[in-house]
Amino acid sequence: MSEPTVRIQKIKRDTVKTRLILFGALALLLLVCSVFSEHLTPYDPYLQDLTNTKAAPSAEHLFGTDRYGRDMLSRVIVGSKTSIYSTLLLVAIVTALGTMIGVFCGWHGKWIDTVLMRISDMFLAFPGLVFAMAVAGVLGGGLQNAIIALVAISWPKYARIARSQTLAQKETPYLKAARLSGSGTWKIIFKHILPNIIGPILVTSMLDIGTMMMELAGLSFLGLGAKPPTAEWGSMMSDTRSLLSTVPWVTLAPGFAIFVSVMIFNLLGDTIRDYADPKSRGR
Amino acid sequence: MEPVLKVDNLTKIFTRKGQPDFTAVDHIGFELYPGECVGLIGESGSGKTTVVNMITRLVDATEGSVILDGEDIIKMSGKELRRAYRKMQMVFQTPTDSFDPRRTLGDGIGESLRNSGMSRADTKKEVARLLTECGLTPDFAGRYPHQVSGGQCQRAAIARALAVKPRLLICDEATSSLDVTIQKEIVALLNELRSQHGSELSILFICHDIALVQQFCSRVLVLYKGRIVEQGRPDDVIRDPKDEYTRRLIDSIL
Repeated sequence: MSEPTVRIQKIKRDTVKTRLILFGALALLLLVCSVFSEHLTPYDPYLQDLTNTKAAPSAEHLFGTDRYGRDMLSRVIVGSKTSIYSTLLLVAIVTALGTMIGVFCGWHGKWIDTVLMRISDMFLAFPGLVFAMAVAGVLGGGLQNAIIALVAISWPKYARIARSQTLAQKETPYLKAARLSGSGTWKIIFKHILPNIIGPILVTSMLDIGTMMMELAGLSFLGLGAKPPTAEWGSMMSDTRSLLSTVPWVTLAPGFAIFVSVMIFNLLGDTIRDYADPKSRGR
Repeated sequence: MEPVLKVDNLTKIFTRKGQPDFTAVDHIGFELYPGECVGLIGESGSGKTTVVNMITRLVDATEGSVILDGEDIIKMSGKELRRAYRKMQMVFQTPTDSFDPRRTLGDGIGESLRNSGMSRADTKKEVARLLTECGLTPDFAGRYPHQVSGGQCQRAAIARALAVKPRLLICDEATSSLDVTIQKEIVALLNELRSQHGSELSILFICHDIALVQQFCSRVLVLYKGRIVEQGRPDDVIRDPKDEYTRRLIDSIL
């Protein structure tokens, strides 16, 4: 390849690396903040001050106060713990479970594939959140059951992606070569298939963080997730949506927090995809 | 002399719902003797690749047997098959795609050696030796498939195939995706390996280029619509084709 092309590739590579470091650091910062959230709040997030309700944002209360006079900034900071950690846990479980099922189906084929894929069709045929409500309703409320319900409705998407990717990989000459080299099924799956299909799956799960955050919030609003007065961004938004026209900050503050964290995770996901692409590794 | 490979009555019928069965390979049989190089030619769709896939068990045969070194490949279980792969290796049509894009060429070449229990250090040495044997330098072990040219990658693929010291090397259109000069180099390399290994290495050379087969093979099989319509020494087949299709094939080149 000619010299300028090599240079351009190298520059591209360097920007991807810079972006990876930047967004990785931001995501890490977010996680660290949520770990130490209790120590970062200016006020007690659960302390009501009925003399100062629905106060507009000021130097004293940066995000204002809600209808019980609780400091919104403190609540948003504390809410990060529930929101971010339960979402990440949820996405991790769904990704791992869906990928496992999908790779297994794609690799094994035959009747097991047919059975599992028809089951996933059944799950995909229901409107997701309604189905999750039913599952969470049967299991009873609580964050843990809400996570189980959302895992139950979201695994088919990952199983589908992993399956189609595995099928595509199965036909490649290098997998045939790996079989001819005497590698067994497990070795082929872990050394060759997973590293080659994990990119798109990882990007999907990163992009799903936002959706999952909202769905978890939706369940919380219906009383099937985080229980009040626990600070959780989604339920904070849902609780206060009737106040949007009069005291917008109580809704916008947690919304802004969701917006920022979803954006950070999305950009991180995109960057990881670019970084994982072997063709961007340059000559 | 015992044949290295004896294919007998090999058949593949693809059944599809709502469509008539399709016989891709129709009761074919041939033998390959130690040190021999046999060409298998035919147009696309003639069943060449299906024959190869059945011999390597990448596709299950409908009927027939494939005897490699006295053992029937078709009847083997997974474990026995892995052992049989140590006698039979393959070079693919698309060199770059035949290596895992996420692993170095050295990883790919050494995979079979590591699988047979060779230590990391010994594998590294052996990979370097194989690369040298195939006309590359040992530092190619650290490169990724997209970092080398098609010809270099095909050399590495040949090195990988030779790693287990196979008795049978199957080249499935191994030169077809390369340009003419590189094609010549690869054929020269294969010729060199043949003279080096003597009767230890037999080659099944799948190709659609009869001129190349004439240069390289001692015997040629012509496959047409899943049947072997003609076989013999390449010169004889070209000079005096018996079959209608072979005649057309030769006419198309001359």
